[in-house]
Amino acid sequence: MKHFLLAMLLAFSLPVLANEPASGPTSAPKEALPIADDPVIEQRMVNLAEDLRCLVCQNESLAGSHAELAEDLRREIRTQMKAGKDDKQVIAYLTERYGDFVLYRPPFKPVTWLLWLGPLLFLGIGGGAWYMTLLRRRAVPAAPVDEKKRAAAAQLLEEK
Amino acid sequence: MKRWLPLVLFVILVGFFAKGLFLNPREVPSPFIGRTAPAFTLPLVGDANAAFSPAEMEGHVWMLNVWAPWCVSCRQEHGFLMQLAQTKVIPIVGLNWKDKAREAASLLARTGSPYVAVPEDLDGRVGIDYGVTGTPETYLIDQAGIVRLKHIGPISPEVWQTKFEPKLKELGA
Repeated sequence: MKHFLLAMLLAFSLPVLANEPASGPTSAPKEALPIADDPVIEQRMVNLAEDLRCLVCQNESLAGSHAELAEDLRREIRTQMKAGKDDKQVIAYLTERYGDFVLYRPPFKPVTWLLWLGPLLFLGIGGGAWYMTLLRRRAVPAAPVDEKKRAAAAQLLEEK
Repeated sequence: MKRWLPLVLFVILVGFFAKGLFLNPREVPSPFIGRTAPAFTLPLVGDANAAFSPAEMEGHVWMLNVWAPWCVSCRQEHGFLMQLAQTKVIPIVGLNWKDKAREAASLLARTGSPYVAVPEDLDGRVGIDYGVTGTPETYLIDQAGIVRLKHIGPISPEVWQTKFEPKLKELGA
């Protein structure tokens, strides 16, 4: 049991040794984002960063992450917006460096065709199968009616 | 045949899930492979008057190793990088990333330096230009200054043999 626990402990501590996020030894979690001097830019930055992925905590958005790299990237976005770049240019700046992986909405291009059109494809396959089944059912001739049984049924109904 | 179709589909699905389960999400594909390594000029650790820029390495196949003194897994690969440096297979430049405490010089003096130059990227801007997400990360750059390979995480002898050596052969270095 003891060995098992030790093994588990080691297993869970391994990822720590892999690739370390950009946080120094003394980076405590921060409670609030620093209030920027320009609320308009800040709002634009937050809107944009909501749809971007934090590269360190990969399931967090760039807007919500406390990772140091996310802070640096938010600072970079602010600087670029202040310099007059529009949202598209800022996104181009980030994808040039980190690839489409930073985008929570992947662009529509050949490698993502299956991703975007996959649901439609499956809907088509399902619809096709459904249609074929219907056709096949229609093609089956109605079962011949036994005249004797029909008479018996009619009689039963009459009795009532 | 028709009876087995659901099972076959299920097995295919499980195959996809199993593959996804064992992928490393940290291995973000780098958009820099096949592109020119971004230019920069940064002061050297321990000698602020001297500077390094990738243009100096033109004509050489070299490695840009992004590391930091506060990074534990960088210490893990340090030993192997020292071995590489001793055999002189390839020059390694060590980009000292976000070293706010300025510990790089004393650490390298203590443990030995595998690097031919240690440029200092204090605010992490050059790191961002290279798409660095954490340390250590290593780029293999060819004679013409084009990025050929990026490795995320420490370099082990296995990683070197399976990832770097074939690429080096390809580049004729």
